[in-house]
Amino acid sequence: MSERTDYLDLDTKDETFLDATELVLNMGPQHPSTHGVLRVILKLDGEKVLGTECVIGYLHRGVEKIAENRTYAMFNPYVDRMDYVAAVSNGLGYCEAVEKLLNVEAPPRAQYLRVILTELCRIASHQVWLGTHALDIGAITPLFYCFRDREEVLKIFEKYCGARLTTHAFRIGGCIYEAYEGFEQDCKKFCDAFLPKLDEYEELLTTNRIWVERTKGVGILNPEDCIALGVTGPVLRASGVKWDLRKAQPYESYKDFDFEIPTGVNGDTYDRYLVRIEEMRQAVRIIRQAVDGLPQGPIMAKVPKVIKPPVGEVYHSIEAPKGELGYFIVSDASTQPYRVRVRPPSFVNLQALDKMVRGLLVADVVAVIGTLDIVLGEVDR
Amino acid sequence: MIEYIKGYLSTGTTPGEAGNLFWATVYILLVITGVSVAVLCMNWLERKILAHMQIRLGPMRVGPHGLLQPFADALKLLIKEDIIPHDADKLVFWSAPVVVTMTAFTTFLVVPFGRTHAVTDMNIGVLFMLGVSSLGVLGIIMAGWSSNSHYPLMGSLRSSAQMVSYEIAMGLAIVSAVLMTSLQTGTGTLSMIGIVEAQASQHTWFIFKFFPLGFLAFAVFAIAMVAETNRAPFDLPEAESELVAGFHTEYSGFRWSLFFLAEYSAMLAVSSIAVTLWLGGWMRPFPSLLGGPAWNMAFSFLPALTFFVLAAGCFLGTIRMPKIPQFRVQTIGLGTFGALLGFVGLVLLVPAVSVRVQDIYWFVVKVAFFMYLYIWYRGTFPRYRFDQLMKVGWKVLLPTGLGVLIATALWGLMPQLSAAITGVLQ
Repeated sequence: MSERTDYLDLDTKDETFLDATELVLNMGPQHPSTHGVLRVILKLDGEKVLGTECVIGYLHRGVEKIAENRTYAMFNPYVDRMDYVAAVSNGLGYCEAVEKLLNVEAPPRAQYLRVILTELCRIASHQVWLGTHALDIGAITPLFYCFRDREEVLKIFEKYCGARLTTHAFRIGGCIYEAYEGFEQDCKKFCDAFLPKLDEYEELLTTNRIWVERTKGVGILNPEDCIALGVTGPVLRASGVKWDLRKAQPYESYKDFDFEIPTGVNGDTYDRYLVRIEEMRQAVRIIRQAVDGLPQGPIMAKVPKVIKPPVGEVYHSIEAPKGELGYFIVSDASTQPYRVRVRPPSFVNLQALDKMVRGLLVADVVAVIGTLDIVLGEVDR
Repeated sequence: MIEYIKGYLSTGTTPGEAGNLFWATVYILLVITGVSVAVLCMNWLERKILAHMQIRLGPMRVGPHGLLQPFADALKLLIKEDIIPHDADKLVFWSAPVVVTMTAFTTFLVVPFGRTHAVTDMNIGVLFMLGVSSLGVLGIIMAGWSSNSHYPLMGSLRSSAQMVSYEIAMGLAIVSAVLMTSLQTGTGTLSMIGIVEAQASQHTWFIFKFFPLGFLAFAVFAIAMVAETNRAPFDLPEAESELVAGFHTEYSGFRWSLFFLAEYSAMLAVSSIAVTLWLGGWMRPFPSLLGGPAWNMAFSFLPALTFFVLAAGCFLGTIRMPKIPQFRVQTIGLGTFGALLGFVGLVLLVPAVSVRVQDIYWFVVKVAFFMYLYIWYRGTFPRYRFDQLMKVGWKVLLPTGLGVLIATALWGLMPQLSAAITGVLQ
């Protein structure tokens, strides 16, 4: 993409307030629907959005810098705090990147366990998205339905590793916890119970006239723009690009499973909604297959006690619920990484906001922020 | 003096018509108290019903099942610090909630809770209600403008645009109901009491009149009234996820609670118009189909029965309370509340009382139905966007209202028209 020249011109003052046709509205960082501490400066003509400027960094904790002063194993829990609604996926990405650097592979059983837990996590993350997205558009009830059902996923996490949100479920080289007794039954029970619940959400929204009117044709992104902006995940797929790292460059044991990649046609908010709903269905499909085919054997590969990867660098990315989550790790053969760089999907997707909302109304800005499914912990890191 | 007070009781009209200032004052006080109590009840009911729709429990801690929550909230709001932003236009900021609340309460002057249970009966009653309730938007604009802040400004602009567009559809729907009053007598009326009496003399509620015309007019009004009171799915002026709190973002404490009070009394007011115009006002259902002294007798027990059911609910609640010392106060409180409700039910059994409260009972039941609808909408629908709201108002409701009005007029004129046509033909 060429250099942006369309930055908001906030310094030009109008003669008097009454002469002004433009209104600069500061949305956030304390606003009910900027999903945390995102600050969006809107330039408005009445209700019409002329341009936006995102101000981020209110949740910056310097995670990447912290990594340089921690050993590889010690840094593992920190990644859970980035995308805190999909902590399991973050852990998976980091562990796999380090494994790639060490040139080890997790044993099959560990790989299957990882797939089950990350797919459960995908469902939990999408439920948080659905609830808050619907809340932004004004439907308050789906939020409570989603959180009720997300609870079941969190219970499985809690039983598996003792934590509900920032799980730290995986270790470099595999998993540290064996599946608890009744894990398979719990997962199957969740899958059976969840599909009717998903239909319930759809009943509330998919054919709801107001919902359709509010989401159809709002925040359209065409495939070219998506690729130019580096947008990934459901947002990219809703624009009709069939790109999913689980199929494109299969990691873990994803090549063993049979699942579809849902894509949209119009690339609008409604398509993104449908894509994510369908993704939850596919996640259930993967979980069922993985639980049925869960192999026996060890769950931890042979990894040295003190992790000292050879000199080198690695980039590894996985398909997190929000898009491509990549870790770039540089090793100088010491116990601590020389540099860790995270490619968070939310951060990259957020830059599509301006493109999506120009010319729309204020209410659509909120809908589009919701549909991008950003988590500020990940944007700011 | 005593004569003056007693004199009114034999007139059989409203105090306003009788010109009795004493009773008018009493009625005004009763209405203000009644509306405020209704708002408190509505507050509790909304939170409870909405919570149960959303698989939550709602308030449970302050009093048994959160029954004292509205009082606790009211007290909290009263003792909160009253903040006026530094750059606000103080006078306007100060008077906006007063304007909003005053107009919301003034509309109740002409609401007929029963044949004699209204403060006054004006011959332009409906017009008065519409006029005064649309003054409420002035207060909202004042609040938004004087706050000197972007969100309130946008909220109040949305609100004024919305109210102006929906009032037209609302007015058209009302006119078609007013047209119906003129059918038998030949002279229509704008008096609220007159409209209910017209429904009585035509032996039908106007919602069923000229089916489906009456129903369509009612539907247009029912949608427009939700928009008029800024409630979901038309709650754009105070859309939480977009404008934080809309026009009352900068308000806090007592002033904020006045806005709250005004919003809920406006809901009650427009529901009262709907009940009066289309649902037979204070009349009980099926007065002619299930007429006769026996049915009258049976229906007169209903108010008492309602209170007994509520009391039974309370007693059931006391039985289901955990039998541990921590819940003793709650259990006793709930039992006492149940006993109180039961006592009111007993009082309502006294024939002299039950005859007088019949009208009020039915009126309140019908309004409560609309209040439930308001809560139901809020639990079900996403919010409209501003342009869609305008589209619904101008492109759907306005033509429908206009069409229904013309169709009603033609249908009403049918006898004269056919007579004229046959006259011409002969």
